[in-house]
Amino acid sequence: MSNQETETNYVSFREEKGKYKGILAWIFSTDHKRIGLLYLYSIVSFFIIGVGLGAAMKLELLAPGKTIMDPATYNAIFTLHGVIMIFLVVVPGLPAVFGNFFLPIMIGAKDVAFPKLNLLSWWVYVVGALIALSALFMGGGPPDTGWTFYAPYSFKTNTNMLPAVLGAFVLGFSSILTGINFIVTIHRLRAPGMSWFRLPLFPWTLYGTAWIQILATPIVGITLLMIVGERLLNIGFFDPALGGDPILYQHLFWIYSHPAVYIMILPAMGAISEIIPTFANKSIFGYKAIVISTLAIAFVGYFVWGHHMFTSGMSGTALYTFSFLTFLVAIPSAIKVFNWVGTLHKASIQLEAPFFWAASFLFVFMIGGLSGLALGALATNVHLHDTAFVVAHFHFIVFGGVGFAFMGAIHYWFPKMYGRMYNTKVATTGWLFFFIGFCTLYLPMFFLGIDGMPRRYYDYVERFHGPNIVSTIGSWVMIIGLIIIIANLIKGAYSGAKTSKNPWGGRTLEWEVDSPPTLENFEEIPVIERSPYDYR
Amino acid sequence: MSQTITVAHDIHRDDEGSKIGMWLFIFTELLLFAGLFIVYGVYRYLNPVAFHLAAEELNVTVGTLNTVILLCSSATMAMASTAIRMRKKALTLTLLGITLFIAFMFMVNKYFEWKGKFGHGIFPGSEDLLQLGHGDTLFFGLYFFMTGLHALHIIIGFILITIVAVRVNNNSLTSENPVLLDNSGLYWHLVDLIWIFLFPLFYLIA
Repeated sequence: MSNQETETNYVSFREEKGKYKGILAWIFSTDHKRIGLLYLYSIVSFFIIGVGLGAAMKLELLAPGKTIMDPATYNAIFTLHGVIMIFLVVVPGLPAVFGNFFLPIMIGAKDVAFPKLNLLSWWVYVVGALIALSALFMGGGPPDTGWTFYAPYSFKTNTNMLPAVLGAFVLGFSSILTGINFIVTIHRLRAPGMSWFRLPLFPWTLYGTAWIQILATPIVGITLLMIVGERLLNIGFFDPALGGDPILYQHLFWIYSHPAVYIMILPAMGAISEIIPTFANKSIFGYKAIVISTLAIAFVGYFVWGHHMFTSGMSGTALYTFSFLTFLVAIPSAIKVFNWVGTLHKASIQLEAPFFWAASFLFVFMIGGLSGLALGALATNVHLHDTAFVVAHFHFIVFGGVGFAFMGAIHYWFPKMYGRMYNTKVATTGWLFFFIGFCTLYLPMFFLGIDGMPRRYYDYVERFHGPNIVSTIGSWVMIIGLIIIIANLIKGAYSGAKTSKNPWGGRTLEWEVDSPPTLENFEEIPVIERSPYDYR
Repeated sequence: MSQTITVAHDIHRDDEGSKIGMWLFIFTELLLFAGLFIVYGVYRYLNPVAFHLAAEELNVTVGTLNTVILLCSSATMAMASTAIRMRKKALTLTLLGITLFIAFMFMVNKYFEWKGKFGHGIFPGSEDLLQLGHGDTLFFGLYFFMTGLHALHIIIGFILITIVAVRVNNNSLTSENPVLLDNSGLYWHLVDLIWIFLFPLFYLIA
């Protein structure tokens, strides 16, 4: 196949003519790349709403007492912020966007195993999102329980809990469908020669994630259905007045929602494992260690849910066990950090925007991870439970970890997705604002938490005022960074310079197809004869 | 030759993959019920006497009858899978028809069972039930929730098998592509399997 021929016949998936025209050609497309982009646009839209709600909370906390909203509004806003960010943004985040777009290409396939199911999962996602958001516009007001929907308040409050809970239930289905699709795709559609240990690391982490998605999500599904049952039928599963046990709700909820944290972070680790070798121009250090630690996290992650409930009431044995397992699950994460740092050792590093995101990921992920150990230790947990420290830890891991990896991934794969390059200098400026803003926003919350400032309050005592001002200013800097980043990417998508197949010098399969790829990705299914990261 | 290439490009078909997908989905369904089994286990442990007495209120005969007919329907469903491979369209349709009939009968039995309970004032949130105490409230709450969710699965299975029967009838599902029938069969066996757990938990452990 000569180069000439490629240029003349080349039609990218974005220009391909299908059965439908206009927007219908996208929302009814079963092409994994179009579905990936549909997810990208929906997720970014919800992310912007979530950021807006978060900024409103920070603004309220600028000064003690009522600043811009009353306590009930604040409760509703932190609930919506949580529900949107967790169920609509971070859980689907990397798998649905980059997993859909790149999993088939990276394993040398033309599409996922079940393209129609894939489209269905996007539709289920949209329907779930609409159901959840309809809570805003119905009588009774938006839900105010926090995203955890803790019983018994979740069926005693008069706010619109039903749509939020049902929405989360429906979104779980979308997650399960994606998970099933990815597992079957990875088992059945790897290109000839791509043995399990020639699978790139991003697909590996998607594989681990997919197993958690299908094994953990049903539990939260049934738990949320039980809440629906409580509200509609007054059954009494979790109502102490009827003999039920609210602590049981917490167990069932966290049996899913702790593994869900690994649904969020594993693909983020996968994306980082792709970015770092490319920009270090060096083979990844300890490929097998990363693979095994991925599976170890997916496995051990099931058995640590109790650490969310150290102060809720459990037996001493349960406390020690969960604390021990929590420390255990930190080890595979640490192994990965060593591997990434090991890859960078003596590498000739290309300093580009995706690399800055990956490097800052290491920084914030370490702070997030180590502060997690402070929370996983029993004695300190009692002091720190339900304080701003937890919020800081959580945001360092989920926003810092997953968010930075998402940003890194989009800057890394953007030229492949759109065939154009964004302005790299502006991208780096945006990253700098975002990174500084992020640290200014969340670092003070560690100190506030240690000092005893509780979370989920719209008010605080005067001595917490200083750090809260710093934190709120940080949120403004971060939003400036975010605006720069998004504007730069949109501009790049429309009018950026056209790029080659492989602008960064990556070695995985997606850099061997056209930018943007054709509908079928590969004209011929490639035969894999080397490891995914053989640089030099 | 060009024809085969087009087919290979446009229609990706992987029966093995479809079955793996279905099995994974069945795992998720089992885990969905597993959450309820945990709740049942916890509350049974906390209220052993009340659960024991409440279980005696349920009609074992109706439960056994439903178990037997549901097992038979699983058999006819499995036979339909074999029949389609033997290219016996009429036999396949008959077997699917029997399966659908049994599913319907199961729901009829369920209807009368529930109706009887409602007649005695036993339904979630009723005053009579609250009078009986915590153990009974939880037992019957779980009973209605779990058998209700199971009945919902019966209805979904019913719809699925109806679609299969229609497609067998108009020859779009034949011995060449029986995977939809097989997967619907797998789903139906799952529905059966869950009932096999529900039946002793509610009717027999007394």
